[in-house]
Amino acid sequence: MAVTRFLTRARLTERIGDFTRHLRDHGVRVGMPETEASLKAIRLVDLSDVKDVKLALKAVCSNDSESFEKFDALFDAYWLNSGKQRQEHKQTQIQNKQKSSFTNLSHMLLSASAAGAESLDMPDNDNEGEAEASGEGKLVATEVVNKNATDLREFFLPEDEARAAETARRIANAIRYRRSRRRKAARRGSGLDMRRIMRKSVATGGEPLQLLQRRRPDRPVHLVSILDVSGSMQLYARVFLSFIKGLLGNDQRTDAFLFHTSLMCVSDSLRDKDTQRAINRLSMIARGFGGGTKIGASLRTFNAQYAGRMAGRRTVVVIMSDGYDTGDASEVGNALTKLKRRGCKLIWLNPLLGWKDYQPVAASMAAALPHIDYFAPCNTLESLQNLEKELHHL
Amino acid sequence: MPPLPHSFMSWQTLQTNLAAEGYIASAGLAMAAHIALNLERPLLLEGDAGVGKTQIAKTLATIYNTELIRLQCYEGLDAAAAIYEWNYQRQLLSIRASVDTGTQLDDIETRIFSSAYLMERPLLRAIQQTKPPVLLIDEIDRADEEFEAYLLELLSDFQITIPEMGTIHATSKPIVVLTANGTRDLSDALRRRCIYNYVPYPDRASEMAILSTRHPNIGPELAAQIVGFVQSLRKEELEKKPGIAETLDWAAALAGLGINDITSDPVLLQASLVCLLKTEADQASIPSEVAQRLAGGAG
Repeated sequence: MAVTRFLTRARLTERIGDFTRHLRDHGVRVGMPETEASLKAIRLVDLSDVKDVKLALKAVCSNDSESFEKFDALFDAYWLNSGKQRQEHKQTQIQNKQKSSFTNLSHMLLSASAAGAESLDMPDNDNEGEAEASGEGKLVATEVVNKNATDLREFFLPEDEARAAETARRIANAIRYRRSRRRKAARRGSGLDMRRIMRKSVATGGEPLQLLQRRRPDRPVHLVSILDVSGSMQLYARVFLSFIKGLLGNDQRTDAFLFHTSLMCVSDSLRDKDTQRAINRLSMIARGFGGGTKIGASLRTFNAQYAGRMAGRRTVVVIMSDGYDTGDASEVGNALTKLKRRGCKLIWLNPLLGWKDYQPVAASMAAALPHIDYFAPCNTLESLQNLEKELHHL
Repeated sequence: MPPLPHSFMSWQTLQTNLAAEGYIASAGLAMAAHIALNLERPLLLEGDAGVGKTQIAKTLATIYNTELIRLQCYEGLDAAAAIYEWNYQRQLLSIRASVDTGTQLDDIETRIFSSAYLMERPLLRAIQQTKPPVLLIDEIDRADEEFEAYLLELLSDFQITIPEMGTIHATSKPIVVLTANGTRDLSDALRRRCIYNYVPYPDRASEMAILSTRHPNIGPELAAQIVGFVQSLRKEELEKKPGIAETLDWAAALAGLGINDITSDPVLLQASLVCLLKTEADQASIPSEVAQRLAGGAG
């Protein structure tokens, strides 16, 4: 077994500081307070026993199940001479002190997905789209557009994307608030505010003349958008991406997911203010774009990994998909049943619904219908704007 | 620096003491509790329902021979239910009585907003004990964010401000244990304030130890079967996986039914599964054949 590097006390302080930096570089949220607590904590254990020290630092430095899980590996990599990770860590520090190792990865990707990046950054004034459509890391394929359609597929001007985002923001505002179960003082309300009544009635000899009230204020809901980016939805993908970017607030209560054959959380990528980096992050995800669709499996992943944290009674889930599915339709029904049991509201936006004579007969769409609270078209910007009014009533 | 009240105990001693009270803690959990106690930080435990998160608080209270104050969180929990509330009926009566005797208004106000008219709720009670109690804040993720923020303040300063009375400082710092099982994500600030431990389902050996501590009358063969069965049941796709509490219930049920071998009577086995499977869908997903297969592999 390798030897630990605990040496002298002064050196130890330094090393613990360096170790928390190492943790931070690997995505564990720690800082000065943790360094301090770590130093205190290791005084409580037998320093010669690596296992004890590991457990102690783990208790102090990990703060969620994710960091808890990866802590052991990070610890071993740093304190025991056993990892390439340590070297990597040194390299990144020397090369660019400001940037995380993640940025490096993005740089590597940048060259691979330059075409896709440009097309989202400076929305298509060129007409070389066809070649790009199949390219890896391609987010959207707006160039391959049927000019005759009166559909969102036609929108690829920057103004339209901005409008989509703006619409989304307004819709998000419309559904963001639902009644809270806490109460606060208000002019009119459903319950008496005994505390204030009592104060006032001191002046009137214990006679509660003024009846003050409390009510339940509106509180934000958790908004989760799940966007289908499979082949059949490809033409809408770009506008919808802007749309869900608009739905995403700056708080932690909104989340966005993309799915085709599998599901990915893109909240952080879309929230990223560094556009270039956001695109890189998305392009990593975009590898499967334009392929088949597995709605059921994706929703099941959502149920298993995220729903516990995100979907509750105060959640509105917005799914944007045409319902064309290469997976099993019954699975869609099952997944939605489970999701609905958590008490969230479900909105399904289907671009095809705006088409003349469209009937939701695709097996998965039919299976999903009974679970949906609000089913609406989203093939034109107007239809998206109309949503705002409807969602107020939800 | 004054000596820490718990410093005489190493984490191994704590683990042994917990075990003596019937709580089998993993090394990680014992260490986390040890550090939390010594650094006087709250202990945050996350994990599925039924893995013994609440139980450790109770056991700690037993070990330190102190009171356990429990605050069960729920959506809409507010200060009136968690910290304090004025006793309005008494206040009202008191005002009436005072007016009749002609007491000054200021005096009335001073009196009715004094501690005699204050109803303590768990958090206020926890900081007013002479001996540090164990404060269990159960399922903190069910309370809303506002409450979490408030709690954060309480946990760092250990003082509560009542506008009418002033600030109440803690007479003793309680041992705080928070539990969460992922109803929603907790704020970073709260997480970082706490010593963290993720409590998983126990492995086979630990669960055997727990079972033999809690139900010493169950023979080792049956115990092995029970634990084996539950362990493999957890690997099935279930809505609600059986926790330790369920294992213990089931063991008690089997013992009560006089079963010595779970493979012997399929009908009885199936009937007893109500102790482990708590939803209709889960019961449907483990039909008799599956139960038999699991039981056969469990021995």
